[in-house]
Amino acid sequence: MKRRSFVAKSSLSGLAALLGVDIVFKELMPADYTLVALQDADPFKLFNKDKGMVVLNDKPWNIEAQAHLLDDKVTPNKSIFVRNNGLIPEEIDVKNWTLTIDGESVKQEKTYTLAELKSKFEHHTYQLTLECGGNGRNEFDPPAKGNQWSIGAVYCASWTGIRLRDVLEDVGIKEDAVYFGYHAADVHLSRDPTKEPISRGAPMSKAMQDETILAFKMNGEDIPLAHGYPLRVIAGGWPASVSGKWLQRISIRNIVHDGTKMTGTAYRVPCKPVAPGEKVADEDMCIIESMPVKSLITYPKSGATLAKGKKLNIRGHAWAGELEVSKMEYSIDFGATWHACPVEKPANRLAWQHFSASISFPQEGYYEVWARATDANGVSQPMLLPGWNPKGYLNNACHRIAVKIA
Amino acid sequence: MKKQNHDKLKRDFQELYRKTILASAVIAIGGIALVYFIVDPSLSAFKTNKPITEIVDVPVEEDYDKIENGIHVRTGFIDAPGMMETVQNCTNCHSSKLVMQNRMNEERWKSTIKWMQETQNLWDLGENESVIINYLVTNYPPKKVGRRAALANVEWYQLEE
Repeated sequence: MKRRSFVAKSSLSGLAALLGVDIVFKELMPADYTLVALQDADPFKLFNKDKGMVVLNDKPWNIEAQAHLLDDKVTPNKSIFVRNNGLIPEEIDVKNWTLTIDGESVKQEKTYTLAELKSKFEHHTYQLTLECGGNGRNEFDPPAKGNQWSIGAVYCASWTGIRLRDVLEDVGIKEDAVYFGYHAADVHLSRDPTKEPISRGAPMSKAMQDETILAFKMNGEDIPLAHGYPLRVIAGGWPASVSGKWLQRISIRNIVHDGTKMTGTAYRVPCKPVAPGEKVADEDMCIIESMPVKSLITYPKSGATLAKGKKLNIRGHAWAGELEVSKMEYSIDFGATWHACPVEKPANRLAWQHFSASISFPQEGYYEVWARATDANGVSQPMLLPGWNPKGYLNNACHRIAVKIA
Repeated sequence: MKKQNHDKLKRDFQELYRKTILASAVIAIGGIALVYFIVDPSLSAFKTNKPITEIVDVPVEEDYDKIENGIHVRTGFIDAPGMMETVQNCTNCHSSKLVMQNRMNEERWKSTIKWMQETQNLWDLGENESVIINYLVTNYPPKKVGRRAALANVEWYQLEE
């Protein structure tokens, strides 16, 4: 049996992006040679991730960060969670990569090369928060189906690209346009070429926002392969699944997009609250749009022990989907009293915001520091799990860390 | 006339002699070839011995389904009745890690299997369906965690600033 090459030789630049390094002497590589880095299944080397990341699933690859790995204001690649519904594309032909805009509601179908997109439209850079809809799923009771994310499926990177709106205006969109849906190069787990692993989207109002971009750079460099090289939709503040990776086609629909993982129970919650474990019919499930208000204490790592009389300096990030975070508080007595602490303005709309506090403890003992963010509409994070839903989405319960004063 | 007959006889004899030698040689060479072919039927000694460039995975058969401390090493599944049926039917498209981290009751596994058959190209599991579900609900039952669990597995360390 012949070993299947993970990435064909024609995609060495994609391979370099995957590895996060350039491949020296790549011209000298034999055509059928498989890079050692791709032969072993060490995901930390494969995706250039921090050793502290947690692998939830290796087929397809799903890897999450931990709170203390997300301390940077702009998240570096090594701490960015990996979420896949299918198999990462095995061949990226960046020279011949095109983006087609089609669908019922385009005036005419149009195809652009990557070079055309980059030269024809103005570039913009934004820090955009992307959180998996199922971040925090592991706390739901009864348990919800899917990868059991804890708290690390969120990050805020800096993305550079062109506005989706500019491209759509160049194509010409009909007045009956309702939704955009993306189509990408990833492969279905069954390898059935007629099936798409995921094809989601958002209403036209989201498509037309300044910050909804078609990105070709993350943190100033080519997007790593696992995160969508060479082209990705970025729709900050919405479930990260709206931000389609390996983008090849966008359909402008005159109906709500009905691609894979848009229908049934996927990325949907009950339209009306239900009791834990209750059965919900598909038609009573509503599509998740903006993510809810949430925050993370990223310093110190949970488990800090410090001497009596010393102050504990904490810091972290807060975000609120489409909204801004207007208030940040912490508690060291399980929510009996809350203390306001400063939270910075976002670098731009849809970027997470940074908070910090200096905490005194009244006596020795075990404490938990809980953090609670409030959005511009006055809505706060719950301390307990929010409403149960069959697929375990939108857990925005307060994050907390353990501290001992000795 | 007598001389002519004698010469002809001599020529015939010489020709017969040559043919006999030739036939013996053919038989001898053929015999050697036959013996060689029996010893080395693939004629490998005559093939150029180029280095093999293709890398082939050779699974070590006796270790492929090794069990260590009650765990199936290759997949991480708990060794219990129904495990091999689960390995064979549930790890082709996705990792065993996805199976193990989902804790569902019989009814929810049934509907998950139905969903995989309708949308993910999973085949009909036949009699194995109940064997697999029984394995999963027995070895990976749902855990009650309530509305908020206590912080667990805290690794304590001295914070230096």
